[in-house]
Amino acid sequence: MTAPALSRTWTGRLRARAEQALPPEQLLPDHQPVYVASWIYVFGVLTLAAFIVVLVSGGVLALKGPQWWHRSSTGHYFNSLHLWSVELFMAFMVIHLWGKFFMAAWRGRRAMTWITGAVCFLGSIGTAFTGYLVQSNLDSQWISTQAKDGLNSAGVGAFFNVLDFGQMLMWHIVLLPLVVGFVIGIHILQVRRRGVVPPMEIDPRDLVAQNVTS
Amino acid sequence: MLVMGAPINLNHPGHYVHWGVIQISVANLVVISVMVVLFVLAMLLPFPKGRNRR
Repeated sequence: MTAPALSRTWTGRLRARAEQALPPEQLLPDHQPVYVASWIYVFGVLTLAAFIVVLVSGGVLALKGPQWWHRSSTGHYFNSLHLWSVELFMAFMVIHLWGKFFMAAWRGRRAMTWITGAVCFLGSIGTAFTGYLVQSNLDSQWISTQAKDGLNSAGVGAFFNVLDFGQMLMWHIVLLPLVVGFVIGIHILQVRRRGVVPPMEIDPRDLVAQNVTS
Repeated sequence: MLVMGAPINLNHPGHYVHWGVIQISVANLVVISVMVVLFVLAMLLPFPKGRNRR
């Protein structure tokens, strides 16, 4: 019994690496730097809150089915709840994106945080698009027949057929939510790992640059 | 049901504004304007102070 056998297993190595990258006090902090006290920093968590409402309302719609969401008043309510939570999700996410873009939030080894956020944005557009396609009404028929020409011209129509309701439904309720949810998880872990990006005027690298030039 | 109805009647074709080559629905223009206003307010409005902030 010279060395603990646990550290030689892949689970032991993975645990040690995870604890090193994300120590508990960093994973669930109870304090934030003073510069986080600004409304512009609220839009990230607003996006996350709206995303949870999107998932829950979408789950209820999946359980009850299109006859329910088209014909019953409760179904109409959840249908609208799903739509408006998506509207808020996209709006909050874009305002979050504007804020992070203008504060150059990729500074300080935060490139992966920025990239995962951008992938979330693109994945959300795809998820919203397939959501419009599976409304099962005239609006979704119009959107799918318009979109098919564009996608066919890009050469993807053979395996991403917007006229195939079943395929679009699976993309909307299984594949894309899994991808977006997973990437959002990675994005949040990256924020925890690197911390919230500071304003430019207190970035240490900027202070050094000012000293050099002055 | 009237109480629960939408405050604005949306049961008609959308209105569009044209500005040269740019064409956008009034609904989308309103949403984008509200987002810009929210963005500006988020930077200007003071944030309430917490008790345990450092």
